[in-house]
Amino acid sequence: MITGTPKPIEEILEMLEPYDNIILAGCHGCVTVCRVGGEKEVQVLASTLRLAREAAGRKIAITEISLERQCDPEYVEKLRPYVSDHQAVLSIACGAGIQFLAEKYAITPVLPGINTGFLGVTERQGEWAERCQGCGDCVLHLTGGICPVTRCAKSLFHGPCGGSSQGICEVGKDVKCGWQLIIDRLKALNQLENYGKLKPYKGWHTSRDGGPRRILREDMI
Amino acid sequence: MKSGSNLEKVLAAGHFSVTAECGPPRGADPEVVRKKAAYVKGNVDACNVTDNQTSVVRMSSLAGCLLIKEEGIEPLIQMVVRDRNRIALQSDLLGASAMGVRNILCLSGDHQKFGDDPQAKNVFDIDSMQFIHLVKSMRDEGTFPSGKKLDGAPKFFIGCAVNPFADPFEIRVPRLKLKVEAGADFVQTQCIYNMKKFKEYLELAKKQGLHEKVKILAGVTPLKSAGMAKFMKKMVAGMDIPDEVINRIAAEPKEKQAEKGIEMCIELIQELKEMEGIAGVHVMAIEWEEKLHEIIGGAGLLPRPVVE
Repeated sequence: MITGTPKPIEEILEMLEPYDNIILAGCHGCVTVCRVGGEKEVQVLASTLRLAREAAGRKIAITEISLERQCDPEYVEKLRPYVSDHQAVLSIACGAGIQFLAEKYAITPVLPGINTGFLGVTERQGEWAERCQGCGDCVLHLTGGICPVTRCAKSLFHGPCGGSSQGICEVGKDVKCGWQLIIDRLKALNQLENYGKLKPYKGWHTSRDGGPRRILREDMI
Repeated sequence: MKSGSNLEKVLAAGHFSVTAECGPPRGADPEVVRKKAAYVKGNVDACNVTDNQTSVVRMSSLAGCLLIKEEGIEPLIQMVVRDRNRIALQSDLLGASAMGVRNILCLSGDHQKFGDDPQAKNVFDIDSMQFIHLVKSMRDEGTFPSGKKLDGAPKFFIGCAVNPFADPFEIRVPRLKLKVEAGADFVQTQCIYNMKKFKEYLELAKKQGLHEKVKILAGVTPLKSAGMAKFMKKMVAGMDIPDEVINRIAAEPKEKQAEKGIEMCIELIQELKEMEGIAGVHVMAIEWEEKLHEIIGGAGLLPRPVVE
């Protein structure tokens, strides 16, 4: 899923400074699963903002709406009846959702209520960790199902570097060395021979480096 | 000769080689480099110039190389893939070769987290293994990775680094083997303090015949004090300093610890000199270049051979 973290309330209040009447838009997709932008978070954030603004002597009206997904045009359309009656939309969906709203409602300011994180997994309740950078050219079959681009702090294709110590990466004591994980898993799979081959230079053109990406499926259009 | 560098010649002639390193200054003053060069001159076959080590911004390695070259020292340029994509790497290789730099050390580079700019974006377009391959293919095939022909191939004696003390130990020799296959001519190791582990590593490398395919230069760093040893052990990832080494220097009174550190370094070099498979020594006297003559001379490695 796409993960995220709430923006500090002070930052949101500063963004909302010019407005007295806004929509707070949640999303039932990834951000609901990682508990940062769903219906419940919309309620909590709306109350917090109302209280803060009331305490500051300038009330704010907030219409709470949660869409099925903010990254799909049919659901984004559901906001249309409300938008023109409000000065701005505060979205707590991921960056894709926020931008999609901005695109569809060209003359209404759309503001980010969360900081979008990464493509990750729930390791345990309350803890999410990155697994994929969406580089567009997957090599997981060669690396024991563990991604060197994402899990190695230097995205090395022939790790581990000299900074790997007792399974821990040089960047921090809470960071596992991705290449130690790869080696362990290759060993468990009896595929360590995969290590001994020089891999071609990665083509980053399929990643963000090729410019904004687009997937076109002729069979579906 | 692949590069015609002095280091390559000295090693090809079968001499035990000596390299050292110079860290460029944190500023634009060339005098700092010249002063260090004066301590290095005559004591080495080539001198590494580091490339923003520990991600702390310093004068560029290429500029440092040219400054020491002007002083009559053969430069060995260190290049990390942390800060440059393949376009910049290729361009700098051509520039360095054009200016007469004939030795290179291909490195990943410490993560930017350790420096003054931890918020910087890193590059890692290709890794150090692929960088070795890139230099080799430009040198030997005379082509860019794109396949297009070079207008004059860069000439480099290609080096890589290894850390026999990092984990997992079992992958360290296979990783060296890969670097050799990618095109490394020589390797400089991380500073050796744990001789037992290093010997274990060397034996495994020799079993694969790697010492015959690549010149192994053993890395040493003289300890200035017990405090420095403890700091390095604790703070530098992959640095293995056994307690007996620390205890030995700590047993001296503070004012005598530096002297002891040099004595221990000389002993270490003498031991390495006798080991089969070790082709030379790489002395990293960190911000202590003035001691190079004493250390290298003390180890019986002066004067340096002149090979035509």
